[in-house]
Amino acid sequence: MPGFHLTQLELLEHEAIHVVREAFVQFPQTAILFSGGKDSLVLAAVARKAFAPARCPFPLLNIDTGHNFPETLEFRDRFARDFGFRLIVRPVQATIDAGRAADETGPDASRNRLQTTTLLDAIAELKLDAALGGARRDEEKARAKERIFSHRDEFGQWDPKNQRPELWNLFNGRKRPGEHFRVFPLSNWTELDIWAYLAREQLPLPTLYFSHEREIIARDGTWFAASPRLPLRPGESSRRERVRFRTVGDMTCTGAIRSDAATLPAIIAEVAAARQTERGTRADDRRSETAMEDRKREGYF
Amino acid sequence: MDLLRLITCGNVDDGKSTLLGRLLHDTKSVFEDQWDAVQRASARRGDAQTDLALLTDGLRAEREQGITIDVAYRYFATPRRKFILADCPGHFQYTRNMVTGASSAQLALLLVDVRHGLTEQTCRHAFLTTLLRIKHLVVCVNKMDLVGYRQEAFERIRDQFMAYAERLDAADIQFVPMSALHGDNIVEQSLRLPWYQGAPLLYTLETVYVGNDANHVDPRFAVQTVIRPQDPAAPDFRGIAGQIASGVFRPGEEVVHLPTGFTARIAAIHGPAGPLAEAFHPMSVVVELDRDLDVSRGEMLAKPGNQPAAASELEATLCWFSSTPLDPSRRYRLRHTTRETNCRVKNVRYKLDVTTLHRCHADAPVQMNDLARVSLQTAAPLFFDSYKQNRQTGAMILIDESTNTTVAAGLIR
Repeated sequence: MPGFHLTQLELLEHEAIHVVREAFVQFPQTAILFSGGKDSLVLAAVARKAFAPARCPFPLLNIDTGHNFPETLEFRDRFARDFGFRLIVRPVQATIDAGRAADETGPDASRNRLQTTTLLDAIAELKLDAALGGARRDEEKARAKERIFSHRDEFGQWDPKNQRPELWNLFNGRKRPGEHFRVFPLSNWTELDIWAYLAREQLPLPTLYFSHEREIIARDGTWFAASPRLPLRPGESSRRERVRFRTVGDMTCTGAIRSDAATLPAIIAEVAAARQTERGTRADDRRSETAMEDRKREGYF
Repeated sequence: MDLLRLITCGNVDDGKSTLLGRLLHDTKSVFEDQWDAVQRASARRGDAQTDLALLTDGLRAEREQGITIDVAYRYFATPRRKFILADCPGHFQYTRNMVTGASSAQLALLLVDVRHGLTEQTCRHAFLTTLLRIKHLVVCVNKMDLVGYRQEAFERIRDQFMAYAERLDAADIQFVPMSALHGDNIVEQSLRLPWYQGAPLLYTLETVYVGNDANHVDPRFAVQTVIRPQDPAAPDFRGIAGQIASGVFRPGEEVVHLPTGFTARIAAIHGPAGPLAEAFHPMSVVVELDRDLDVSRGEMLAKPGNQPAAASELEATLCWFSSTPLDPSRRYRLRHTTRETNCRVKNVRYKLDVTTLHRCHADAPVQMNDLARVSLQTAAPLFFDSYKQNRQTGAMILIDESTNTTVAAGLIR
């Protein structure tokens, strides 16, 4: 018998397509959570393949914090247009203006947590039964525990101590009205798998991921991009460095790393040799030991 | 590169998390910031030495109580293979989470504390791994440092386990004496165990042959959805989407549609990268047939000369997950491949005592973590094979319609 062999990247792609199609069949209204970052764009690309030659039936849903990098927003719009997706944007500012959330104050103020209200409002407004996300289990220790079909109660909350058993490739997406699911087709991908896939599929990427010169502020061991969102503190100054970003979040909580990696092969080599996790540059994860779990319980991405 | 999916299981405190921490650490898969965070958390708790379990016990409740509640998935790689490792809870209470991790694994690491020997939970996990058809079982006889690395201590456990395993249906069992704490026989051969001639654990993980574990014999394709682009560019396209459950499908071959029994030929198979000359498990594909058959979700394609059983009465082993006992008077929702239907448990034939593997208690209620042989009646026929032959078409879950939770896993006999 000939060898029936698939590479790990092929296996992961087949698994992800199965999950995406299963979400389509089990949920009447589904959207892809799209940040413009590498994981969400791989998810959108996989979702597109899952229904080819038909169009992908899911729109992209972007929660715009108002603190995004301009490069990310430009990429978001271009990607949606070029890949034929309907793009739905819901700004955090509108949630604040409606009095449903208030900006944090203090030195480390960020809109990271505020997004949750805007996201849950959008899920209710669009009557979504499921939101597909590009989260991966290798990113963070709470995500390492989460199911592929992950239940959220009517308040959008995750109950990590009481998750449904999830066996084989049989996904149980049954729910009551008002509840929803988060579905993570890329659960088993690693950061390196994402980069290998981006290279194999030759997908476009925000320029932030590639090495460039930028004005940065060093604060608490993290290199933040200098911007009007991040006023200098007494004694601080900015300087120019050659950097790139490993994750793309808000300007107020995403750190850059020193890097000369200007091409996909160079980035892959850098990621393979990295001694820090990609979320090590995220100030939002460092607020406490269980910061991610605490935010996820409330309905965060 | 190859991919191997494995689990760690065994009794609480037999050293699962330490072994996992050791594997991750010695394959350089722990990042510096993760390591710093674990050291800080451990120091804050006042641990005498860094608790490697904090690498995988990621939930607040787990870290507070020092136990593993749910499966943690970790990823590591060597130049030979990539590994997806599911670290499973040892507590009896969380058996359902262990089964979640085990359902997709190809290899199980079963930890045994050499001082304590086999416990009921060791037996339960050994039995569950073989029941779920994990073909490769590596019994890690751990904490050898605490018995002076003596050969007799290792052999006593091995003999004890072999006596138990005679009654199991395990395909491949290996034993490795080790000390996860000191790194003996994990990555490198240990000089402290000169009497052990076998390979260290990581070498086994890198080289175990899993290529023939999937069923490439019986062609089964469960219909997930039908793709019809409402697009003038492809007006007649009608593709059947799904994952190949088993066997091999090629363009030009004749297939039979179940339940109708109508046949057609495969006109084309589309994979994520374009047309395919053959498709096999676990590929997600779109199949085009040479003529229009009325095909929908929950139905199946097979070959005329090799078809699954079709019946609405079947025998199965249930692993009960819910704290509410099985109620034979109730209706449950059953999901099998892509098919969902109602079912009722007609008869509980017996429950299984996992330590002795004896049949018992046919009359007592089936409760959480019980294993029970039952007869099921389904509202619509299922197209199935025995789980032994086919992990994809022999597996099912039961759902409680009042809570929507998954209450049992079922393995068809």
